[in-house]
Amino acid sequence: MSTNDSPQGGDAALINASIAQLKDWLAAGELSANDLAAAFERRIETIDPELNSLISRVEANAPASTDGPLAGIPYAHKDIFCAKGTRTTCGSRMLGDWVAPYDSTVHERLSQSGAVLLGKANMDEFAMGSSNENSHFGAVANPWDTAAVPGGSSGGSAAAVAARLVPFATGTDTGGSIRQPAAFCGVTGIKPTYGRVSRYGMIAYASSFDQGGVIAKSAADCALVLGEMAGFDPKDSTSSDEAVPDYVAGLDGSIEGLRVGIPKQWFSDALDPAVGDAVTAAIDELRAAGARMVEIDLPDADIALAAYYLLAPAEASSNLSRFDGVRFGYRCEDPKDLQDLYERTRSEGFGSEVKRRILVGTYALSAGYYDAFYRRAQKARRLVTEHFQRAFDQCDLIAGPVTPTPAFDRGAHSDDPAKMYLEDIFTIPVNLAGLPGMSVPAGFVNGRPVGLQLIGRHFDEGRLLNVAHQYQQRVDWHERMPSIAGDSANDNREG
Amino acid sequence: MSQYAIPSGWEAVIGLEIHAQLATRSKIFSGASTAFGAEPNAQACAVDLGLPGVLPVLNEGAVRMASLFGLAIDADISRVSSFDRKNYFYPDLPKGYQTTQLARPIVVGGEVTITTGEGKKAREHTIRVTRAHLEEDAGKSLHEDFHGMSGIDLNRAGTPLIEIVSEPDMRSPEQAVAYARKIHAIVQYLGICDGNMQEGSFRVDANISVRPEGDEAFGTRTEIKNVNSFRFLQRAIEFEIERQIDLLETGGEVVQATRLYDPDRDETRLMRTKEEADDYRYFPCPDLLPVELDEATIESWRAELPELPDAKAGRYQTEYGLSAYDAGVLTSSRATAEYFEAVIAREGSDAKLAANWVMGEVAALLNRLELEIGECPVPADKLADLLERINDGTLSNKLGREVFEALAEEGGSVDAIIEARGLKQISDTGAIEAMVDEVIEANPGQVEAYRGGKDKLFGFFVGQVMKAAKGKANPKAVNEVLKRRLDGE
Repeated sequence: MSTNDSPQGGDAALINASIAQLKDWLAAGELSANDLAAAFERRIETIDPELNSLISRVEANAPASTDGPLAGIPYAHKDIFCAKGTRTTCGSRMLGDWVAPYDSTVHERLSQSGAVLLGKANMDEFAMGSSNENSHFGAVANPWDTAAVPGGSSGGSAAAVAARLVPFATGTDTGGSIRQPAAFCGVTGIKPTYGRVSRYGMIAYASSFDQGGVIAKSAADCALVLGEMAGFDPKDSTSSDEAVPDYVAGLDGSIEGLRVGIPKQWFSDALDPAVGDAVTAAIDELRAAGARMVEIDLPDADIALAAYYLLAPAEASSNLSRFDGVRFGYRCEDPKDLQDLYERTRSEGFGSEVKRRILVGTYALSAGYYDAFYRRAQKARRLVTEHFQRAFDQCDLIAGPVTPTPAFDRGAHSDDPAKMYLEDIFTIPVNLAGLPGMSVPAGFVNGRPVGLQLIGRHFDEGRLLNVAHQYQQRVDWHERMPSIAGDSANDNREG
Repeated sequence: MSQYAIPSGWEAVIGLEIHAQLATRSKIFSGASTAFGAEPNAQACAVDLGLPGVLPVLNEGAVRMASLFGLAIDADISRVSSFDRKNYFYPDLPKGYQTTQLARPIVVGGEVTITTGEGKKAREHTIRVTRAHLEEDAGKSLHEDFHGMSGIDLNRAGTPLIEIVSEPDMRSPEQAVAYARKIHAIVQYLGICDGNMQEGSFRVDANISVRPEGDEAFGTRTEIKNVNSFRFLQRAIEFEIERQIDLLETGGEVVQATRLYDPDRDETRLMRTKEEADDYRYFPCPDLLPVELDEATIESWRAELPELPDAKAGRYQTEYGLSAYDAGVLTSSRATAEYFEAVIAREGSDAKLAANWVMGEVAALLNRLELEIGECPVPADKLADLLERINDGTLSNKLGREVFEALAEEGGSVDAIIEARGLKQISDTGAIEAMVDEVIEANPGQVEAYRGGKDKLFGFFVGQVMKAAKGKANPKAVNEVLKRRLDGE
């Protein structure tokens, strides 16, 4: 790989640079958008065969804008975002060769800001999974340890950013699908408030939970990208018209006197002690930066989990009905009649986790079971939301673990979906309440990254990013880069 | 319509579900056009096709139209209504669910008054409306011309509908048809539905059960679908009442089921039983926010309400002295009322004469040509011209009919037709006197008999004079002159 065509130290410097730094170089003419895209493309070429983080490569187009806030910055979309003319699979055989005929609002906005799409990232099929093992396009390796999962469902996005294949990637988070893979891969991810980012063109899993967001190396990069993605969209009735603050401008605010709520129930036996130590150390850093810790009560992580695994599948069972082989996507061979077309198309086109959730959801909505399951789960959802509201009377922000354990080995939970679901115990309550949440790299356990979760009030993304950024001024976890076999850039990493 | 009588000892209980397509320009959840008749799938956008990732955005025009309907029938307009998903698989249902309103419909309650029978037999009935809710229409499956396969046309998918659900308040096919016609008139008066039953803009499903007269409990009901005219509605309900009574009288049982009316065979056929019905797994649609309406908006819509059929019929009676029956017929559709009002807009017009003509000659002509009044070959202003000539004595009623026929067949102006055909009535007294004198001279025997007291012969003389005048003499003038000549000097 050539290292002469990039400023200040070649590709290694480029791939580790912040988006702000890349913008400076581009603006100063020290770097062209073409060269920048080419550097990341070379890297994808060399490293991704090992990781399988991208399902499709997209030929880099010239940026749609040369002076937009993200002009020339390469990125990857989770393959759940429609981008006109690109294959958009959602990790499923069902959409294995479906080419989106229209743009998602997120794609439209990123394009307008000048960002350059390089690929569509691997994911658990229809965003259902916590390990990226449920992809029709194969599992993704965790760049820190290829035996480990990258998390899911935005596993490809997190792995690609961790391996420096792209400066940032989009993700979606329905029950933790941005935060958990960000934690497992040692990168920074933000799931905004429900309604902050348009869902138009983002293939639905569970509509009342789904929320698009960003995975990048740092909070500062996330702030820049989120500012471009967020905002009201007339095409999404559930999007909010709340004004989008300047997230970048808010990064430098002091966190002196900030009240940080620590949910005591989250530091229990369920939490791997080593993960607990890393998270506690991170909380200590916040204290050192002037924040005050307040113990808070969030007693219902378990009922949140149960409610989520009824409500999300219920919505999914309806959302995924359109994949019937009639108009688009996979269709079984030689259907003998309509029933056969439906049955075989859906049996063959969907993977087992998707089918499991469709069945659970169908059951939960069935006549005679609706009250016992769906309605009770809605009540639980309201309860969880109320508990968060009460907690926010005492604190400005909540800090805790993202996951109970660091990344587990591929195959570890394959036979036990219930155990897999437990991975989401700290992330799901946030989705039930529609709150913004972040995952920030906070250390390592046995060489695998651990994340600190920050949870804010509705539309308080600015504060989350500010706190994460202040934390990242004091630590360098987010600057560490995994060593990947065959990666010549490894020689240049971490000064 | 021939009078159908329910077999004695039995009572029928009927409720209707009416689907009216709202006349919005674009669909309920997308910007695609709702116009009828385009090439298949030319008016289906990404949202209508249910492509992955698309989201619905509610058309506020549909909310307004549904609310207007609610206000017109004196219903409650929900300050908060919301959408649910009704889940089932069908090829012309692109998303695998229909977005509809189950738990919180936009219109709750309300009632309409119907009249059955005529004259002394006229009876008023109040039919309660349970609710009316917004929902999206499905596409169409086309089973012909595809060699063993089916075609799907999604142009109609996403067209806004209101489903108007009545209470089971009707007791005869006649009442059911009167209720359906009244709803049909109201949505057309409001301009929220074109009412075209052939194109499926206005569709009626009937829930029917029978019970022994005097029983309180409802019998087992069946639902009849696919009724696309009022005549078929009458027939389908008659057939179903008879079928159910026959079953029960011969020891059988009515099975709760959905049945299809087949107009060619004039019978209903089993479509599916209750056991075969889908479990629709309704749940709140997470893609749409609840519809919230404030008082001011609702009041501004109330102020928009046009004069509705009942109010108009009342006014026709007091203002024009029309009978209740005539006023009812003339206001039964917006188009008829508009036609009538256009005719009487002419200064010096005679509303009763106009009513007779619209309900007589015009109705007969439309019937013969199988046309709607909006397509009437004699436009309202031509009829007004014609009636003006009757009023001023130029034409007799009889000559008027001839002119009307000519207008219907050839068009042109009333005066030109009168001129060209020499239809002008003879009102000139001198000319009439000459003809009368000739008749008297030619029939001395009859004159003697008449003068001797055979009054009935007067008609004979009128006939003779009219014959001589080739029917064109002004009958009033003929009468006067004859009377004078025969009775007088």
